[in-house]
Amino acid sequence: MRYLTDRKRAIGAGSAKTGTAHFWAMKVSSVGLLILIPLFLFTFGPRLGEPHDVVLAYFERPFPAIVAALTITVSFLHFKDGVQVLIEDYVHGRVQKLLIVGMICVSYGAIATGLFAIARLAL
Amino acid sequence: MVQLTLPKNSRVQTGITWPKPAGANNLRKFSIYRWNPDDGKNPQVDNYWVDIDTCGPMILDALIKIKNEIDPTLTFRRSCREGICGSCAMNIDGINTLACIYGIDDVKGDVKIYPLPHMSVIKDLIPDLTHFYAQHASIMPWLETRTNRPAKEWRQSVDDRSKLDGLYECVMCACCSTSCPSYWWNGDRYLGPAALLHAYRWIIDSRDEATGERLDDLEDPFKLYRCHTIMNCAKTCPKGLNPAKAIANIKKMMLERTI
Repeated sequence: MRYLTDRKRAIGAGSAKTGTAHFWAMKVSSVGLLILIPLFLFTFGPRLGEPHDVVLAYFERPFPAIVAALTITVSFLHFKDGVQVLIEDYVHGRVQKLLIVGMICVSYGAIATGLFAIARLAL
Repeated sequence: MVQLTLPKNSRVQTGITWPKPAGANNLRKFSIYRWNPDDGKNPQVDNYWVDIDTCGPMILDALIKIKNEIDPTLTFRRSCREGICGSCAMNIDGINTLACIYGIDDVKGDVKIYPLPHMSVIKDLIPDLTHFYAQHASIMPWLETRTNRPAKEWRQSVDDRSKLDGLYECVMCACCSTSCPSYWWNGDRYLGPAALLHAYRWIIDSRDEATGERLDDLEDPFKLYRCHTIMNCAKTCPKGLNPAKAIANIKKMMLERTI
């Protein structure tokens, strides 16, 4: 039993004075993906099933390589922000913090791996 | 962590089915959630038969008839019986609404009545709205001014006054907040659609001089940004208001002062 007033419970620790940057990042990356995903599908899609040297030659061209790099980067940044909100919604306490840190590591790891693979293909 | 099942002592059981009134030709069945904190039992759903020919047209009329003629222990809040006080908010046929302005004829089949969802129940159809009211108080629902009080009144143009339409009509019935999944999972920190609609009502009031402080207080991942535009609030509001739009406008104002 804690003798907290109703008002004290409602106010909690007050405002974190943050959240707008996260909201804006989600909106911008959403619009970015709306453009990037079709571009990625139209550039990467036709190369599926092609011989290795054809794919290598294709990704040596700047446009498909840049589109692929941007799609991977923006997708996983959007994933990071979105999944953080998802975890905050449904999980609370220490598990929440661990999951958020784990998810951030996975996101940046995926971005680094994707960029490295594209660099290997393109350079 | 989100609870996917009810605790054992909250699981709803089958309750009493009261006998049909003698001589009635036009009967409707009402299945109503019952829970009494004093008897130590689980909640149950009792069934009542109401003669519609001798009953008023609204759900609240039927509830009052049940209380007067069948079961005086049935407990619910009610006052104005015309959608102004917001007391008789409950979940009727799966929709959060006001019993006094929801017609019996609007329900197909048996009428199922539960208290507002995901709130602690005080008794039967009465939810505990203590935290909900405290959240409303926390957004400072009053005119905040720094300028010396004018001799007669704070003046407002017709255009500025019209910005309050669709906001001031809220009767704080809690139908919207208790229909919001974000409020179910994080109601301790998320202010919910009702409190945020009231917050916006004061933010855009041309006479209020605490706009910045109000926005500062709301800038929080939980207080404001737990709204995911699910829109249950707008769908369920018995007064036809749109809290989701008010929340979107607050987010827009937050962005406009940042970017």
